[in-house]
Amino acid sequence: MSRVAFGSLIGHLRRTPLRRNLIGGLIGLVVVILVLESVSPFRQGQFATMAYLGIAVGGLTVLTGLNGQLSLGHGALMAVGAYTAALMLHDVDKPLPLPVVMLLSVLVTVVVGAVVGVAAARLHGPYIAGATLALAVAMPGIASFFGDNLGGEQGLSVSTPEAPGWFADAVYFLTAHDVTGTKYLAYVGWIGLIISFVLLANLSASRVGRTWRAVRDDEAAAELAGINVGRARVKAFVVSAACAGLAGGVMAMVVRIAAPSGFPLTLSLSLLTAVVLGGLGSLFGALIGAALLTFLPQAVTGLGQSLGLGDLQSAQLAPLVYGLTLVLVILLAPAGLVGTIRNAWRRRQSPDTAPIHPQQEAMQ
Amino acid sequence: MQQLLTTFLTGLTLGMVYAAFALALVLIWRSTRIVNFAQAPMAMITTYVALVIVDAGMSYWIGFAAALLSGLVLGAVIERVVIRPVEGKPEINAIILTLGLFVVIHAVAAIIFGSGFRSFPAPFGLRGFEAGGVTIALTGFAVFTICSVAVVMLLLVALFQHTDIGLKMRASAFNQEVSRMLGVKVTRMLTLGWALAAVVGSLSGLLIAGGSLVSPSYMDSVVVYGFVAAVLGGLDSPGGAVVGGLLLGVSLSFVSGYVGSDLVALASLAILIVVLLVRPAGLFSHATARRV
Amino acid sequence: MLDIRDLTTSFGPVKALDGVTFTAPKGKITAVLGANGAGKTTLLRTVSGLIRPDRGSVHLDGQDLARMPAEKMPGLGLAHVPEGRGVITELTVEENLRLGGLGRADRSRPADFDRVYSIFPLLNDRRNAIAHVLSGGERQMLVIGRALMAEPKVLLLDEPSLGLAPRAVAQIFELVRGLAESEGLTVVLVEQNARSALSIADIGVVLNLGRLVAQDEATALAADEKLRHAYLGF
Ligand SMILES: Nc1ncnc2c1ncn2[C@@H]1O[C@H](COP(=O)(O)OP(=O)(O)OP(=O)(O)O)[C@@H](O)[C@H]1O
Ligand SMILES: [Mg+2]
Repeated sequence: MSRVAFGSLIGHLRRTPLRRNLIGGLIGLVVVILVLESVSPFRQGQFATMAYLGIAVGGLTVLTGLNGQLSLGHGALMAVGAYTAALMLHDVDKPLPLPVVMLLSVLVTVVVGAVVGVAAARLHGPYIAGATLALAVAMPGIASFFGDNLGGEQGLSVSTPEAPGWFADAVYFLTAHDVTGTKYLAYVGWIGLIISFVLLANLSASRVGRTWRAVRDDEAAAELAGINVGRARVKAFVVSAACAGLAGGVMAMVVRIAAPSGFPLTLSLSLLTAVVLGGLGSLFGALIGAALLTFLPQAVTGLGQSLGLGDLQSAQLAPLVYGLTLVLVILLAPAGLVGTIRNAWRRRQSPDTAPIHPQQEAMQ
Repeated sequence: MQQLLTTFLTGLTLGMVYAAFALALVLIWRSTRIVNFAQAPMAMITTYVALVIVDAGMSYWIGFAAALLSGLVLGAVIERVVIRPVEGKPEINAIILTLGLFVVIHAVAAIIFGSGFRSFPAPFGLRGFEAGGVTIALTGFAVFTICSVAVVMLLLVALFQHTDIGLKMRASAFNQEVSRMLGVKVTRMLTLGWALAAVVGSLSGLLIAGGSLVSPSYMDSVVVYGFVAAVLGGLDSPGGAVVGGLLLGVSLSFVSGYVGSDLVALASLAILIVVLLVRPAGLFSHATARRV
Repeated sequence: MLDIRDLTTSFGPVKALDGVTFTAPKGKITAVLGANGAGKTTLLRTVSGLIRPDRGSVHLDGQDLARMPAEKMPGLGLAHVPEGRGVITELTVEENLRLGGLGRADRSRPADFDRVYSIFPLLNDRRNAIAHVLSGGERQMLVIGRALMAEPKVLLLDEPSLGLAPRAVAQIFELVRGLAESEGLTVVLVEQNARSALSIADIGVVLNLGRLVAQDEATALAADEKLRHAYLGF
């Protein structure tokens, strides 16, 4: 194929959002394969963590960035997905196929998310924050209350499923490497992430996404334009709950347990940190936020130890950084990290156009 | 019968504490239209201040006073340094900011004081009164709790209703621009409002902690209960916050006693949702139309 | 005497006030007239420190008020009755009045309340009512009474006639006239209703798109037919 023809093919494909997103997804898959095949098992585990955090942050960024709803309860929704997966992968001889397990995690969380979303859709600002905060605080108690089925404080252990033969063969064929348990989970996580991001990107470019943005920017105007505001808000909440459910399902397998202590309030707040850091509303930013959530704790904990702090104290440095990040981003760079860099870039490109603050719209 | 009474009295005592915490949230909401989610860790860290003093061998009361005083300073400093820049900005900024503070104070406390549980003393007995062979669940500390919250409320009423500074604070809360035109230093009043709120919050932190265990997260659920209580009362009304706190305390005590203590937070969530859907402006409002 | 020199205020690229210069003499009523958007409210808000001017000065008794914060004004003897009234509706009538007396240097005495209540007996009957329940006219009385509590030397009034019955307007104008004459109060009166404003004012100034376009004795302005047609609409 000549270079010109190839160029025009790419150009044609890039024209529609769906195709563009699919291409992005495929490129992402290639990158994932290259990365996962070249790093150590320890790093593979970290990438698996990053995958499930990325899925959850992606869902939350769509909810907060595109629809303007804040949720502090996404950690709790992840718990729903995780417990669903755990119930199906706990002490069973012949577990269901993994895609079915993940799908069920998503479905159950969607049901819970719809209930929360219906209530949240009628609330604003601090009320929605308070209600979802209550959800995050209430969730561990539910797991304890139904201790007989959900394992109480100890939680449910999860037996990690084996990679199916065709998958192992495919990976071996492509890369000449065997699939270990950790690597398999990392693949599962990243495939889940790519699928959900492609879907989210499509949604946000579609009419539904435009509706969400319209509701975020000016509810009254959206209503006048014939948009059912309540329904749009519930839809956004459900979509983002679905992501949280999938994230929870992957998480249960990666950490091999679903227990109340895995879903503290701090989980919800760190998801929010990642969203804010990424610059509300950007999926790419969400990925960066998830990367920071994954890799930062180890780095700052190491730093703390080299500064002579004890282990327990060093472990608290990561949340300290998250919290400071939230405070500083709001005070200094309300467009988030990605948004601020993007604005600076655009200013350099065309010095006379006003800076664009996607978050300022987002934060109306 | 005895269990009923015990449950009720426990609820009443807790309700007073929730009422105090809700009052702190309402004070800030009224003046700056911000729900201060960081109120919980702020109260937590001032309680640790008291604990350090008591552990150093000084009297409980010195610790008590030091906690309230550090609450005053902390509230003022936080308003001045962190909150001031987001006043009047889109509300999501302030929400995220207070949550960021929440995480920061948490982590700082865990780094300084450790994340484990430590026991916190109580100045009065923790055993119920004996009355004719029956033990009534009202402990000495519970009486102290109820009285101290009541005293604080009376002081606040006196301040707001009968002093010039209280009038200025209320005016600033309702209409900043007109207040400025009348010579009120509004920014100073807002700082003072945050400082007072933090004192009231600190008091509730001390009362929850008394005779019990503290850890960096021991106040986390209280911010939820305080918020629910404040919303019950309409978020704008100090009197409503008090009644809301008492109602919530008693209701949750019954949930805890008769259903299961694990479901208390869930019950508060349910109450919150029902109130917001049915009476969004609070139980005692006459006007029903209100954006929530 | 309030001496305004070269006062210029802009909102972004828009100059809402552009080099406005005039003097409001002591004990006199100065009417500020002009169409919607002429900059009248902006003028008062700049004088009372709610908006920072780009340049210019506002002298009261030899002291420059421009760029001083709004909360200092009552102490310096300047009271502003804002457009759209500005009653704090959540407070009682008496609390609103009390608030008015807090800004001045000395403490207000019971006699000050009595004076306001004798001027506006209607307020006396509703001392302890929440201001929210007052009618529009009653609110107007309350804000003027509240401004008087500060015993100002200069009173800025932004459209006090808005939404009031002609009789109430006449009453308020009469009151202002009396205060200027008997107590030497300097009044700056912003009005849409140019005809009735000029009938009680001593001096009139006319703003158009932020610029001062005319300045004269009130009677002379009222007699200038061309000016009336061009800017005052009567
Ligand atoms: N806060 C503001 N931001 C931007 N522009 C403003 C602001 N306030 C006033 N303006 C503009 O300044 C100009 C003068 O407004 P101003 O309110 O002073 O007019 P006015 O003479 O009081 O009119 P009216 O008789 O309608 O009250 C108008 O064009 C108005 O749009
Ligand atoms: Mg005007």
